[in-house]
Amino acid sequence: MVAHPDLQTQFDLRVAEDQRIEPKDWMPEPYRRTLVRQISQHAHSEIVGMLPEGNWITRAPSLRRKAVLLAKVQDEAGHGLYLYSAAETLGTSREQMIDDLHSGKAKYSSIFNYPTLSWADMGAIGWLVDGAAIMNQVPLCRTSYGPYARAMVRICKEESFHQRQGYEIMMTLAKGSEAQRAMAQDALNRWWWPVLMMFGPKDDESPNTALSMQWKIKRFTNDELRQKFVDATVPQAEYLNLSIPDPDLKWNEARGHYDFGPINWDEFWEVVKGNGPCNRQRLEARRKAHEEGEWVREAAIAYAIKRKMKSEK
Amino acid sequence: MFEANHYPEEVNVALSDFLLRMADTSLVLGHRLSEWCGHGPILEQDIAMSNLALDLIGQARNWYQLAATQLGQGQSEDDLAYLRDAGQYRNLLLVELPNGDFGQTVLRQFFFDAYHFHYLQALTESGDENVANIAVKSLKEATYHLKWSSEWVIRLGDGTEESHRRMENALRELWEFTGELTTPNASDQLLTIMGLTPDLNLIRPLWEQEVQVVLAESTLEIPNRSWMQKGGKNGVHTEHLGFLLAEMQFLQRAYPNCEW
Repeated sequence: MVAHPDLQTQFDLRVAEDQRIEPKDWMPEPYRRTLVRQISQHAHSEIVGMLPEGNWITRAPSLRRKAVLLAKVQDEAGHGLYLYSAAETLGTSREQMIDDLHSGKAKYSSIFNYPTLSWADMGAIGWLVDGAAIMNQVPLCRTSYGPYARAMVRICKEESFHQRQGYEIMMTLAKGSEAQRAMAQDALNRWWWPVLMMFGPKDDESPNTALSMQWKIKRFTNDELRQKFVDATVPQAEYLNLSIPDPDLKWNEARGHYDFGPINWDEFWEVVKGNGPCNRQRLEARRKAHEEGEWVREAAIAYAIKRKMKSEK
Repeated sequence: MFEANHYPEEVNVALSDFLLRMADTSLVLGHRLSEWCGHGPILEQDIAMSNLALDLIGQARNWYQLAATQLGQGQSEDDLAYLRDAGQYRNLLLVELPNGDFGQTVLRQFFFDAYHFHYLQALTESGDENVANIAVKSLKEATYHLKWSSEWVIRLGDGTEESHRRMENALRELWEFTGELTTPNASDQLLTIMGLTPDLNLIRPLWEQEVQVVLAESTLEIPNRSWMQKGGKNGVHTEHLGFLLAEMQFLQRAYPNCEW
């Protein structure tokens, strides 16, 4: 179906002028589909992302750390809620999106398919994973779809708080005993490359980038953001006195950026396909929670109906 | 944070015992609730349970800090939480029981909240101003907790056939652990005489009233068994607490004397 030329022109004009598209506005179907895919994927990442960190809530080493970690994982649930709501404005229900996650149709960020093996992973995730997420997400506060942009403003504020908390965990470990320093270095070794993969495939292999840039859903390419992240993170690692596990990493005076070694894209695609170390466990945990919660959701609905009938009598 | 109040040795021992019980009980229940994080039946209720857990962990920290002050041996809140073994824990047995299904978690919470709310309310009148201050702060949170858990007990009790059956199971599992909530031990008796804590015998009817009203509305029947388990207040626990502490204390035990 060809869109009405006036509507299409109006839409293109509004995007070109950096005006927000709102739920009731006309929009091309592929724009809607791309948004639903991206926002729901983002929501799922928040919800699945609760699992690797949730692992350590019961083992957090102090009462303060326990409370901070629990509050952080709870924030992620909150982000999931805003994002599901933003996606619902495009006409897809939360239930449908959750079904798509559980059937494997919808994706979530591959980073959450890596295991959290020590307490230092709570630091590394906050510092690196949330750091990378911020790089990706800050430009999304200006994305063309209004509800998504507004959700991202709230989310980014909380994410930068999480990043500081993560870095603070790393700092405490880096200044701690030898075993703690080793724990911190080991976490950096394991998370560094998967975090670089979080920015997605190289620009020439990213099928969705060009259109998303044209629609101003995306503002920077994957490679641009990845470079920004490396440039910002290297000095932070130096400050911690930890070494980044990349022998090719060095400052390139001519480019004004850090050069870094090749990313293992085979690993990336395998994890995307479902073969990461925790893909199956993560989805299984989500399905289990959903299935075991079914009787609760049914009871809540049944009770609400009974109440309504009583009050109408 | 707190100024220690000076009491005769015997009273201070009882007071410390009471403070540790309050702290341990809040921490253990907060810990149990935090196990739900990421696994709740509904995203909104996942968030709600984390809220309860965060409130309780916050309250535990206040009670531990006051306990450390009254003990006067230079311990930190983390020393008290992470370096005591099960036999030294003073929490009520009810809160260390495993979560079970959501219905069991909700009912455990309700039994606890119905006691906690009325007890805190009375503790705001404590002759020890530190205790009274913590109670005032905690009471606001406990008021919300009681509302949340009462509503869910009613919703599930009077929901579907399955939810009703599950709540009956939960009631069978939990009932025998409720007696301890309002049964005073020797420390309680001394502190009540000193005007520092309310008489638990006066809290019991308030708890019973709360439970009768909510269970009636839930279409659930109060079990007619009267035998009650006890021991938590004196450090004799169920088999569950050891595992909970093994998990919670792992890092502090494996890497002693570290900053985290």
